[in-house]
Amino acid sequence: MAQQIPLVDYLVLGDNPHLVAQECTSCGARFFDRRNACASCGGTDFKQVDVATTGEVRTFTIVSFAAPGIPVPFVAAVVDCEGTSVRANLINVTPDPEHVTTGMKVRLATEVIGTDDNGTEAVGFGFEPLGG
Amino acid sequence: MASASASEELWILGIHMTKFGKHPDKDLVDLASEAVQGALSDGGVTMKDIGIIGAGNLMMAMAPTGQMVQKQLGQTGIPVYNVSNACATGATALRVALMAIKAGETDMGLAFGVEKLAGAGLLAGGSRSADSNTWTPHGRFGAVAAVDGRVGTETMPGVFAQIGMEYGHKYGGTSFELFAKISEKNHAHSTLNPLAAYTKKMSLEQIMNDVMIAYPNTRPMCSANCDGAAAAVVVSGSKLKTLSLEQQKRAVKISASVLTTDPYEEACQILPNVNTLTRRAATQAYEQAGVSPADLNLVELHDCFATAELVHYDNLMLCEEGGAADFFNSGATWRDGKTPVNVSGGLESKGHPIAATGIANVWEVATHLRGEAGDRQIEGAKVGMTHVIGLGSACGVHILEKSAA
Ligand SMILES: [Zn+2]
Repeated sequence: MAQQIPLVDYLVLGDNPHLVAQECTSCGARFFDRRNACASCGGTDFKQVDVATTGEVRTFTIVSFAAPGIPVPFVAAVVDCEGTSVRANLINVTPDPEHVTTGMKVRLATEVIGTDDNGTEAVGFGFEPLGG
Repeated sequence: MASASASEELWILGIHMTKFGKHPDKDLVDLASEAVQGALSDGGVTMKDIGIIGAGNLMMAMAPTGQMVQKQLGQTGIPVYNVSNACATGATALRVALMAIKAGETDMGLAFGVEKLAGAGLLAGGSRSADSNTWTPHGRFGAVAAVDGRVGTETMPGVFAQIGMEYGHKYGGTSFELFAKISEKNHAHSTLNPLAAYTKKMSLEQIMNDVMIAYPNTRPMCSANCDGAAAAVVVSGSKLKTLSLEQQKRAVKISASVLTTDPYEEACQILPNVNTLTRRAATQAYEQAGVSPADLNLVELHDCFATAELVHYDNLMLCEEGGAADFFNSGATWRDGKTPVNVSGGLESKGHPIAATGIANVWEVATHLRGEAGDRQIEGAKVGMTHVIGLGSACGVHILEKSAA
């Protein structure tokens, strides 16, 4: 199997792929990026926590015009993963308003987005319909 | 006296906007100069009367735009503040001039916003960089490739589409058709505005069948990239009293001027929350002005996309919470409705030369309050509101009142 690298450092690959967040130890706010401090309370102490891999689509759009190299149309969404909001594409679903709705239940899924000159695969993530 | 200036009244003395659209024969300085000269002459003053300049421009933000305009119209040595604050740039420039007056540093200021955008494509987000030949993590997400399009979307049409869809998910009552009807209204309004970039009426069917950009926003439901500029001369109340009766009669009172940013809330760094900062700005503005939403005779709000206009009915408290769809369906926001919104045609048809927008919407409301809006005059307009929002985020709200002089 080819060497793999996650698209972003908050995606953990392996047998149970999942996302991790930096959680502020004083107020509980969660962030996915490298932090200087907490935007909610100013705290500087964080712990890494696992984010739920299932959730509900809170909003979405179907993007028809995107940057070069991005296949369109695709579904961009915000998924509420048991209280933690996650930005992601919806994958393994027909990208039209008949097949995508707010409130639909989804689960995390990964997909290879490309292979570099060293043969390493970059693996991204999205959410797919539950029981679909 | 510094202590007196805090309660100093603020007035628009002169204001002007250029035609929005394509100006291939005019550069940034030409457009800005046209707006500034128009505002000065409208106010009956010259560059020699101005004590401060707030100069707004986004796409060429590295350039000293204010000084470039001074070098054409008058180098008087006064302070210039070149500002850029996303789509709130024009409102920010205006506030810079107003704050200088409030601080007692001067009694007359100039603000302008200018942009050359005709022919620009969709404005995307900022994190897109070229993918490399070997995966190397970089940036705050340790990303090995561009995330825009792979981890959701950063394109403006996509972001604002989700903001409208989220409102629908929370409160119900929205549909592709409803959002398209908002656009139908604004395009109908634009037919009466000779300064709008696009003045064609569009049927609901035309709008819905046009090119889909980011569902549910089709092309005519997106703000129109174009060239344009707007400028305003603002004065203190005590200075205005020393000017002619004609100047005092045409002056428009700025009863509230507010700028906010987005406070931290869960999810706000996932999808920009344009709601809370707008609601806060509106709340502060109503308080400052001592008026309520029911007092507004017209509103120019930031319809960068049809989906955005809907949520701002609610954020500006023009309707009850959650009631934006019903409010629109009642016809309230058409020009003959209870609270006319975007009688200029809005960003979708008047156009959106970014930095000009936050002063052009003030021009629109001021022109109605002066009773000078011609065919599209809202009869008897006494109080109006303007609103802009720039992602990042910044929200500017102004409340204007007709002069009693
Ligand atoms: Zn915190």
